[in-house]
Amino acid sequence: MSRRHVETACLLGPALVVLALLFVVPLARLFSLAFTDPAGPFATFGVLAESAVYRQVMWNTFVVAVIVTALCVLLAWPVAYVLSRLEGVWFGLALYGVLFPFWISVLVRTFSWMLLLERNGPINRLLMATGITEASLALLFNNVGVLVGMIHVLLPYMILPLYGAMVRIDRRLLLASDGLGASLADTFRRIYLPLCVPGLAGGATFVFLLSLGFFITPALLGGSNAITLSMLIASFVNDRLAWSLAAAGSLALLAIVLVLMALTARLLPIERGLFAR
Amino acid sequence: MTAIQSGQSLRLTGVSKNYGSFRALEPTDLLVNPGEFLTLLGPSGSGKTTLLNLTAGYVEPTVGEIRIGERDVTRLPARHRNIGMVFQNYALFPHMSVGENVAYGLSVRRLPKPEIARRVGEILSLMRLDGFADRAVQQMSGGQQQRVALARALVIEPDVLLMDEPLGALDKQLRRSVQLELRRLHQKLGRTTIYVTHDQEEALVLSDRVAVMDGGRIQQLGTVDDLYDRPVNAFVAGFIGESNLLPVRVLSTSGGQASVDVEAFRRTIAVDAAPGTAAGKPARLLIRPEHVELGRDGEGVAAEIVEVIYLGELTQLTLRLESGETLAARQITDRTLRAGARVHVTWKPGHVRAVPHSPSKPTKTEKADA
Repeated sequence: MSRRHVETACLLGPALVVLALLFVVPLARLFSLAFTDPAGPFATFGVLAESAVYRQVMWNTFVVAVIVTALCVLLAWPVAYVLSRLEGVWFGLALYGVLFPFWISVLVRTFSWMLLLERNGPINRLLMATGITEASLALLFNNVGVLVGMIHVLLPYMILPLYGAMVRIDRRLLLASDGLGASLADTFRRIYLPLCVPGLAGGATFVFLLSLGFFITPALLGGSNAITLSMLIASFVNDRLAWSLAAAGSLALLAIVLVLMALTARLLPIERGLFAR
Repeated sequence: MTAIQSGQSLRLTGVSKNYGSFRALEPTDLLVNPGEFLTLLGPSGSGKTTLLNLTAGYVEPTVGEIRIGERDVTRLPARHRNIGMVFQNYALFPHMSVGENVAYGLSVRRLPKPEIARRVGEILSLMRLDGFADRAVQQMSGGQQQRVALARALVIEPDVLLMDEPLGALDKQLRRSVQLELRRLHQKLGRTTIYVTHDQEEALVLSDRVAVMDGGRIQQLGTVDDLYDRPVNAFVAGFIGESNLLPVRVLSTSGGQASVDVEAFRRTIAVDAAPGTAAGKPARLLIRPEHVELGRDGEGVAAEIVEVIYLGELTQLTLRLESGETLAARQITDRTLRAGARVHVTWKPGHVRAVPHSPSKPTKTEKADA
């Protein structure tokens, strides 16, 4: 081995050891638990697949993640566009506004939403005072609460990659399209949108994956009425001490994530030189 | 595509453009004839890019009227003007192949697919890009990208072709061959063309007429000969070709002639005068280096050769006059001319010219040029 290789190994060594001992080994242990059920190696997966309740939980998790991602795209698009057009002080202020929530713990933000959304909270009181609704709305401990809380937490993960893609788009490409006779709709559909796709795909993947595995926010804002897969896994461990089921659930979540990532990579022409200049 | 297709005329009437309190273009009149190749030549900040963007429809004029052929396009956005624009960095769509880039202008016009394919094929072959249709634009060299950009602009059969320093990103040798290529294309297609550059050589090679711009206005519009032989002011004289511009005092003018006191020569001479030359107004005497003649003795202004540069057939000389002024001269190479030699300077009659000189305004940066 040359000197360089020894150096590289020494530099990487400590991190590799820590990762292996504290991440890979426990993970492998956990996953191996999935196959230790007395009823047979794949019995746990059978339990998960056959139970209507568990299937419902997985479906709910998936639906929530899709809705959160879609709403994040819709909400992030105008913000990212404005960010990409701002300059100087205004850009600084706007970016600060987007990043500000990162400074506050997710737990604190989630509890704040509980105060805002509760039956006699300020939002319900406002809705009733202005006569928009007669009775107070159930905004908490259901999917509405989960969506509000998750979108709030995850929106910056959508805005930033989208902004990154938009700010890289050369304005002259849009002028060129205009000069070639394209309508504004054509310029958007055929030039602007495709050039935003890398940022869009990146942000959407972030948000979708994070929402699939999200725990604190759905646990506090959804309660027992909007159970997600991560809450189910936690309850296997904490309430039922069913480690093998928890491991199987984790593996199922990981498999779904990997399949979806592979599909995204296949469907979106990101490697077709979209970033290349 | 048929061999000869004339473009449309382009007429600007009293067009000006302000950005806030900054005037990027003074009120300007300009008529470009159908099929003409007109170059806007000037330093950066001279208003040439503003004029081009106004013509393209990317910028709306503050006042004035723009017509392409008979159509008033003053308030029309670029997409309704039927113009072909070639940008300095080409602005090719990075997510499309060469063929898709070229087809874009036809496809957004919703032409039938077979016609698009036929016209794209024809223009690619005209631009010597056969077989490149499926390439990604990033795989193309700078010169090829330039041709793709030109093909994309030409395939829509634009009424006016606009080019913004299209050779700026190419290296010098390539630039030369692309210039000749552009000239060949223009002669073949006969599109009305407006070409922006700050490179006078490019302007001289390509253009039917050149508009020299400075300070947001067209200083002079004419053929290359006009600009070189009959510049209207000291800026044009200095910008086109090499020139000696000596300060003079105008004593009197009459019928295109002026009597001027040339301090550097310590004598008063009668010369042709550009319009606007008047007694008491600041003026310069223009002598092109090739019109300076040297004699060993006799007539003329005494001078000393301070620098000799052999350029092969020609020799570039720097002379110092007794008044202290320096003068550039260009001679058929004569090996007896050495630095330190004393000579007498005369000039070819009819080739010196008095031109008005207005001290140039402090240059401001032009937003549209950035």
